[in-house]
Order: sequence, then structure tokens, then C-alpha cells
Amino acid sequence: MYETTYHRPSSVDEAAALFAKGAEAKYLAGGHTLIPVMKQRLASPSDVIDLGRIKELVGIELSADALTIKAATTYFDILQSADAGKAIPAIVHLTSVLGDPQVRHRGTIGGSIANNDPAADYPAAVLALGATVKTNKRSIAADDFFQGLFTTALEDGEIITQVAFPIPAKAAYSKMRHPASRFALTGVFVVKTKSGDVRVAATGASQNGVMRVPAIEAALKANWSAAALDGVKISEDGLLTDIHGSSAYRANLIKVMAQRAVTEAG
Amino acid sequence: MSTIKLTVNGKAVAAEVEDRTLLVQLLRETLNLTGTHVGCDTSQCGACVVHIDGRAVKSCTVLVGQANGANVTTIEGISRGDELHPMQAAFRDNHGLQCGYCTPGMIMSAIDIVNRHSGGLDEDTVRHELEGNICRCTGYHNIVKSVLDAAGRMKVLQAAE
Amino acid sequence: MGVEGIGASVVRKEDRRFITGRGRYVDDIKLQGMTYAQFVRSPHAHAKVKSIDSSEAMKMPGVVGVLTGQQIVDDKVGNLICGWAITSKDGTPMKMGAWPAMAPETVRFAGQAVAVVIAETKNQAKDAAEAVVVEYEELPAAADISAAIKPGAPQLHPEAPGNVIYDWAIGDEAAVKDAFSKAANVVSLDLTNNRLVPNAMEPRAAIAEYNEAEEHFTLYTTSQNPHVARLVLSAFYNIAPEHKLRVVAPDVGGGFGSKIYIYPEEMVALWASKKVRRPVKWTGDRSEAFLTDAHGRDHITKAEMAFDKDNRIIGLRVKTHANLGAYMSLFSSAVPTYLYATLLSGQYNIPAIYAEVVTVYTNTAPVDAYRGAGRPEASFLLERLMETAARQLKVDPAELRRKNFITTFPHQTPVIMAYDVGDFGGSLDAAMKAIDYAGFAARKAKAKSEGKLRGIGFSCYIEACGIAPSKAVGSLGAGVGLWESAEVRVNPVGTIEVLTGSHSHGQGHETTFAQLISERLGVPISQVQIVHGDTDKVQFGMGTYGSRSIAVGGTAIVKAMEKVEAKGKKIAAHLLEASEGDIVIENGEFKVTGTDKSIALPMVALAAYTAHNLPDGMEPGLKETAFYDPTNFTFPAGAYICELEVDSGTGKTSFVNFVAADDFGRLINPMIVEGQVHGGLAQGIGQALLEGAVYDSSGQLVTASFMDYTMPRADDLPSFKLNHTPTLCPGNPLGVKGCGEAGAIGASAAVINAITDAIGNNRLEMPATPDRVWHAIHG
Repeated sequence: MYETTYHRPSSVDEAAALFAKGAEAKYLAGGHTLIPVMKQRLASPSDVIDLGRIKELVGIELSADALTIKAATTYFDILQSADAGKAIPAIVHLTSVLGDPQVRHRGTIGGSIANNDPAADYPAAVLALGATVKTNKRSIAADDFFQGLFTTALEDGEIITQVAFPIPAKAAYSKMRHPASRFALTGVFVVKTKSGDVRVAATGASQNGVMRVPAIEAALKANWSAAALDGVKISEDGLLTDIHGSSAYRANLIKVMAQRAVTEAG
Repeated sequence: MSTIKLTVNGKAVAAEVEDRTLLVQLLRETLNLTGTHVGCDTSQCGACVVHIDGRAVKSCTVLVGQANGANVTTIEGISRGDELHPMQAAFRDNHGLQCGYCTPGMIMSAIDIVNRHSGGLDEDTVRHELEGNICRCTGYHNIVKSVLDAAGRMKVLQAAE
Repeated sequence: MGVEGIGASVVRKEDRRFITGRGRYVDDIKLQGMTYAQFVRSPHAHAKVKSIDSSEAMKMPGVVGVLTGQQIVDDKVGNLICGWAITSKDGTPMKMGAWPAMAPETVRFAGQAVAVVIAETKNQAKDAAEAVVVEYEELPAAADISAAIKPGAPQLHPEAPGNVIYDWAIGDEAAVKDAFSKAANVVSLDLTNNRLVPNAMEPRAAIAEYNEAEEHFTLYTTSQNPHVARLVLSAFYNIAPEHKLRVVAPDVGGGFGSKIYIYPEEMVALWASKKVRRPVKWTGDRSEAFLTDAHGRDHITKAEMAFDKDNRIIGLRVKTHANLGAYMSLFSSAVPTYLYATLLSGQYNIPAIYAEVVTVYTNTAPVDAYRGAGRPEASFLLERLMETAARQLKVDPAELRRKNFITTFPHQTPVIMAYDVGDFGGSLDAAMKAIDYAGFAARKAKAKSEGKLRGIGFSCYIEACGIAPSKAVGSLGAGVGLWESAEVRVNPVGTIEVLTGSHSHGQGHETTFAQLISERLGVPISQVQIVHGDTDKVQFGMGTYGSRSIAVGGTAIVKAMEKVEAKGKKIAAHLLEASEGDIVIENGEFKVTGTDKSIALPMVALAAYTAHNLPDGMEPGLKETAFYDPTNFTFPAGAYICELEVDSGTGKTSFVNFVAADDFGRLINPMIVEGQVHGGLAQGIGQALLEGAVYDSSGQLVTASFMDYTMPRADDLPSFKLNHTPTLCPGNPLGVKGCGEAGAIGASAAVINAITDAIGNNRLEMPATPDRVWHAIHG
């Protein structure tokens, strides 16, 4: 990779200030997105600002209505969290099927959603649960956050500080792994909220990344069961086709993964 | 350039290296600990796995700055003198290696797996937990046997301690 | 069998350094004053190199030199060669295009090197490589076989019009035509044998050092055959005469065939080390491995089998197109001919066979031998045909095979190979019992009632290995002999060194070969050192590939040992005042039979080296060499059966059971043999379910990292149930056949046969990814 300057700020404000000063700075959390890209010389940040040790960015909090995960909390810490396991076990399950054990020791939720890889798993949870992404500047609703391939609502230099997940009545995540990358070939997160609303998000299927699936949401709202989706046909339009899956196959997977998630959610 | 200070295999180490230096490069090139290997460029193969503060991490995906002040253990640091770590012995006894290239990372990952599963391990769990380590030689059959064997040995040792 | 002799599953001696991180792989080696090389590679699959401007690169920090393809040509470094001459049907020789180590004028595959930057550090070399400005004129590319042979296709080499390298055939066309005309049934199949990337976990690397005073080069390289490397570098690439070139292959992290060849990078490192007068190190990264390591397989085949009314095979007709890539790699021509078509009889008594093979140049990486080399392609074809035939003829797949098995040996096939010994029925019986074939129908029905698709698939494979009898391969066009060498050196106080021309890069020779010594001479293996991999230490040897090390390398050791024993017995007889014929060797002692007079091996050795009291006329010393040329190939064979379930919602395959019954002849170290089978099965299953190197139509490698090329992980594979059904090989004193490639040869067909059984659709190409399987079920 190209030469860079590494910084380890101890607060979010310090981090933001360093970012503003740098010629072309990038934030580093777990590093498992940024460092591979730097190694391939596809990114050449002048400054790398390590958010990983900022204490205010690490931790999990549980309230009556929401599970709040601070942005630099590692996946491993989420897996170990009794609160997370009690409040939204679907998030713990999703975390257990992403990456691999070594990635999970370093990777963070903030890093995942800030990057918005079209096959990443966490965006599906954030979108389906209707989470609120809090940054050092504002709060952004999930529906407004994800804006396409590797694009989010974040402004230059803005730092995600935490993600607040409303606790659902029912939720589950079912993922068909990409055989090589182990990202989501297609992953579907289904949610029945406490108020009876249904939200379904699919990742890995579309070039634009995570997306809501209205056809499935409508069918499940009428009848929360796997069988309710038998007759639903998902359109191939806009879905990815590559050597690992045709768009028709991904369309099928959206439905099948949704069915399995609903069965899992109970 | 920055001065990095960390502990490697129980010894304090200081080095002045470029900020873009990866931990695996520090280990292999600056400290001459060549047991940790590089097998890919997409952070997938696991040949570079070491322990940072007790957790298995891919050293090819860590900038040295991130390891500043950390406690790093490599394959060279797990035996006690001539006495092999039970995982090393289990790999030897169960023919869990052939060319040896993936082996250091495999052993470090395997120790981490056992550490995180004090309740016990079965074949399916071990296979799932090894998804961050690629071996081209063994077909994993004997690696799984080695890990399950070592888990038993490590439990016995823990009980004895 | 002693505790450490033949048949003992001794733990490996070499493991100690590997499990403690003390292996010595090429990239671990540091030489004083070492520089680092970074290659400048073409992004285009087919292009003219118009100009190379290294002026900016030369100014960058740490840069020692920037060298180009034209310079290597000017210095008269030879082009890479293919060492096996194949002749087309019309008698013309194969059309070999020129392959310079770095392209001076024309690049023919994406990733081909055009220049190299030498710098003080790797980062500096990488930084400067980006500053080398290369002007290319892009040419249209032919990225696969059909694109390369269609009229108007871009021509890769002036020597090969239509991009055809050779159009070869074997067998009896007329007899086959006759058989088909009389056939009661004909079964035909179109198949692809998918292109693979070997991906040994250690990327290739080379360090070259030039000693000016001695005019002598040393090359550390990731090679399976350092002496062959030295020969080729010297005789063909003009780097240096052999006696001025030392090649060392230290610990090598896997090869699988990909490290047989002498690649451009090693040649350039050597040449560059003399030009810059500093040692030069090149370590490939994984993306370079994907782009430039020799790929494997890549056949398109139409195959037909003719049956009589009793379901006996009366003829086999095969037409194969094989992609050799942009240049002919060292063994490439032999792989789809003499390593493939000569196995088309399989385990079956087939009276008439005719096979045609057309090899083609394409703008892709060169293709050469990869674990199995030609035999997986043959075995897959045959076993898919047999399964297809069983379904078409409505016969049980085991019974159809059994009916056609060869049962008397030796058996001369119509395609050169003469099988010496075997028991195909025995292996099939063992495998069927191990998987409880009888109970399968019930298991399938139960799965169906639970909404699951379960299938079972057979693969009865045979291969030719222990390569090879030199005269035979020479007559078929090989440029080299395929014998092996060994020197057994008994040291003055009785420890033993065995210098073997074989090389171990995972196969465990340091243990297995020591077991051979332990068996015969009764010394513990701790007293035996196996030396390999250094042309300064070891006499010329042909190296390790083609599952040859135990059959050929091991036998060479046995032959050398016989000479040592003979001399030792003479010395012992002399010292014990007995007759030579009465001396036997037992537990490390030379004894006079029927008495308690004995002398230990170390004392015999000491006597040999002090020479105070040797028989008249005997030379001092106790060290003997043997060069062993096998008289035939060996023929490992067996039966694999795979039972699996397919998830019809996702197309994903899960294994229920995978059993193997292999005939490898005698097993020296069963634990090591089983490890070889596990590894081979993983690669065969990988080919069937997961792996596939894909180029787009412009010649860009789409699967250029582990993110897109699916490597088998632990959770992709089952545990394997292995059985052994040996028939001793009569061709060598050990009775061994070899085992390194069997799994990769036989596994794929078992998997595809099982999936097609599960889903009830016989059309399915490898890799049978969930996407492909789902489409095969649902359309």
C-alpha cells in the first residue's frame, strides 16, 4: 500500500478535527474493509484515523425499547453480549454468520454500515429493524441512510457514534452465503415490529445494496408465515447477475431466505 | 514513520517503521519471526493469524499503529522451551499438516477456538469455526481431528492447573 | 513391520519445524544486500507493447534498476519451452509459439510481465512499478476455446494458424466406427472439465544471487524439482552452465503441479541478479498467483459409448478440445494426450477406443499439469458416461460397471496402457459395503418424504502414475527420462543419509523414506536423515509429481540400499570370518545365521571408513547410488461413493457420506497415505462443487482472488471414510503404486453423479454451484 500517516485519537471530537486537517483522510475501525482496499492500492488516504480505541464508541446499552450498539463495538463483543442476545437474538445470529472468527474479533458495526458494501449483512438488520444511526452531527433514520452502492447519507468526515435498534416483536435473519467471499449472496432480515408493522430488508441481491422488499412485507403483514410467501413472485429487475448467481436465482433466494427467516422468527 | 512499542511473545519490542507497515510485516521482516505466513491478499486465508491481546486476528489486516501497546503472541511463542503446546502436539500426532504453510495460522486459530468453547466442541462446530483458515493440502479431515484431540488435552491441563 | 518400518503410521519427523514456525520457505530467507523485484504486468489480454518509459521510475527512492523484455532478449536469455513433442495426425509437429520471459513486443495474457523494477525494499519496488509507463496497442482477444478456433479469430502466434497447436489422435478409428455401427445402444455426453487454479497456500517466490568472482548463480525457488529447474535454466534458458548454477528448493508450501515449471519470474530474477550485481528476491502475491501460475484442466469434450445388447461396452469415441492458454508450458502438451487419452479405458474392458484431441491457444494464462493432470479429465468423462448409461439403459450403476470390469491381468488396453494388477470388483464391494448401498433406496425415500432430495453417485477410477518408464515416454515425445535417483550414505559411525532426487512439499518423504531404511537395516528413523532439494548436495533427480515418489523414488532408495547391504555383508563376513551367504541383517546387526556372531551396522561402517581390515581389493567407504527406471507405470485404482442431499430452495449440496476404497498396493505409512487421499478428495470435490477459473470475453480473469474463486473450506467438506483394498504392484520391489493424486482424479464424478441422481436431471456442469443446481432443478 501507499505510505500514510496513522493517528490514534482518544475522542470523537479529536478524530473529527484530525479528519478536517488531513489532505485526504479516512477513518479506520476494525480495518477489515479499509486495509484490504489500501493493500490493493485502490485507496491511498493521506491519513488513517483509528476510531477503534475511542472509549465513547464502544459498548452496548439496553433500554425497554431499544438495543443501542456503539459504533466501534466489535462483532465479537456483540456475540458475547447477554443484553443483545436477550433483546434481539436475530442480530446476534447475523453477527455469528458474518466474516469469520478472526474478522469478528476486529470488525465493527460502524465500519460495516459506513461502507455499505452491497453484500454486507449489517445493513439488512439496520434497515429491517428501522434503526436510527446516530453520528457526531445528527440522527439519521435507516430508510434515509443507505443510498446505493458503497454510498450512505454520511457527509465527509461525519462519524457514526452508535446505532439504536428498536426492539421488535419478532425478527430473524436468513443468509445464503456467497461461496467464495462468504458475504451475503442474498440475506434477508424480517421484522414484525411491536406495533404490528412488517419490515423486510434484503442484502446481496441488488447492485444498489440493501433494499426493502415491499411484496414480501405486504404478504407477511396479511399473514405472518412462510406459506404466505409461496405465491409471491420477486422481480429479477435490478438484481445482480454474476458467476455465483443469476438474477433469477437471487430473486428466488430473496423469497426462500425470507420464508426461512419467518419460520425462524416464530 | 512511527515508533511502535508492543510485547511479542512476552518480550518488549520497539521498532521504528513506516505507518503503512502491517503487523505481519513487522513480525516477519523487522523481528525475523518468519513463522507467521502470508498466503493471500484479501484477508481470507488465515496463514497470518496471531493472537493480539488473547484473540485470534489476521496480522495481514492490522496496521502496526493499531498494535501499539498490545500483547502479541505468534506461533513461535506458544511452546514452553522444548515442551510443545498441546495444540502443536495434537497436530503432529493426528497428521494435521502436510506442507506446513497454513499450519502456524491454523494452530493459532485452533487455540482460539478451544479457548472460546470451554463447554466443548464437536466436528460441525470446529468446521464452522475454521472458515477463516484455508488449507490446500489436508482436506481438513485431520485438522478437525487435531483440534478435537487438543481440546481434550487442553481441558485436562486446565483441570490440572 | 517394525515399529518404524513399512506399514507403520509413524508421526512425521518434519513436523517439528512446521508446528513451531521454524520452516524455511523461500520468502523467509534473507541474503545480505538483497533487493526486491516487482513485475510490471500487462492489464490487457492481447496487446502490442509500443514503448516502455522507465525514466520516472528510475528517479524514485531506492530503485536499483528497471529492466525490460527487450533487454532479456538482447542478452540472449532463451525463451520458455515445452519439453514434450507431440505430433499431429497429419505427421506435423506441434506448433510452439515463442514465449519470452518478459514480453518485448506482444503480450498474450493479462498479467504477463513486460518489465521488472528492482529496488531496496518491496514497497519501493511496488511504488516505482506504478511509475513505469507502458504504452500498449490493444488487440482483440480470444479468451476461450470457441473464440479461438472460430473463423476470423485473433491469431496469437504466427506458428499456429487458427490457434491450433496440434490435432492428435490415439486408438483405432475404424474399429470404433465399426463398433458404433453394430451398437445396440449408444450413450453420448457433452462435458466441460472446468478450468482450475492450483492455489498452493504458499505463493511462488525466488531469490537469485550471483557470485561475480566465481561466475556462479544460486537460486532459491519454490520448485518441485530443483534439478530439472537447473537443467532447463541452463540448457534452454542460457542462464548459466549447469555447474555454475545451484538451485535450492527449501521448504515449499504445496505444489500440486504448479511448481514443476520454471517460470519467467525465476528466470528474470537470475538474469537480473547478474545485471544489478545484487541478490534479487521476488515473492508473488496471491493475485499474481491467480494470473500467472499454470492453470489446470479446461477441456470441452464430446464422448460416446457404444453398448451391445448385453450392456457391454464395445466402443468409446471421444473428441476433446483442450485450452493450453497463451503459451505452451513445460509439460502442457502431454497432459491432454498421453496423460489423458491413455486412461480412457478406465476400469473397463473396452475393445475399441478412438480419441481425438485438439489443443488451442487462447489469451489466458498457460495451462499445464495440476494434481491428476489428464487423469481427472479421463476419469470424469468415463464415470459420467457410465452413470448416464446406467440411467439410460435402466441398469443399476454398480452392476453396469461390474459387468464391464477388467478381471484378468495383465490387461492391455487399446490406448497404450497395460494394467499390471488390480481388483476393481473388490474395491467396489468395499465401498458399497462402507456406504450401505443396499440401504440407500430406503434412505432416499425417507428424505423425499421430508421434502429433501437425496442422491448417490459412483466413481470407479484408475490412473497411471509412478511416472514413468523413460523409454516409453521418450518414444511418445518426452524430452526427458522419468527415472529417479538415490544415494544411501552410511556415515562412519553408523547414521545414515539418503540423498533423494525426489522433493517433498507436503508429502512427508522425510519420514516415509526413512521408514524404508528402518525396515531393511533396522535403524531407528531418528538415525536417518533424508536430504532433498539442493542441487549442490543431491545427484540429479527428476523431482516430485505424477504420484511417483514412492514407486520410483522409493525404489531407487531400495536399490541403493541393496548395494549398501551387499557391501556391508561382505565386510561383515570378512570381519566375522564367515561366508557372505550366511550373513543376514536383523535389527541393525549383521548376523551369521544360526549363530550368535554379529556385528552392528555402526561397526561395519567404521570398518569401511577406517579401512584397516577390509577384504582384498575392496574400496573404503559405505555409500551407494542407484538410478532406477521403472518398467511400467503403476495403476492405483478404486471406488468412491458419495451420498448427499440437495436443498431444492437454494440448490445447496450437503454431504451425507463420502467413502473411498483405494488400491495403492503396499502402504508405507498409512497415516500419510490417508492424508494424501483427504487432500486429493478435497480438490476433486472442490472442482465439482466450488472452483472454476473464469475469464470474460476480453480475457480478463474474473475470478482473480479468493473473493471470487471459491476455495474449499472446512465447512464445505465432510469427513471421509477411507478403506484400503490393495493388490501389490508387481513392477517394483516395494509393491507400491502411489497415492498422491487419486482423490483429485476420482472424486468429481462421484459428486456430480450424486447430485444429478438427487435432482433427476443429468445435465449439470462443474462447478455445480447452488445457482447451477437450482437452475437444473427449476429451469
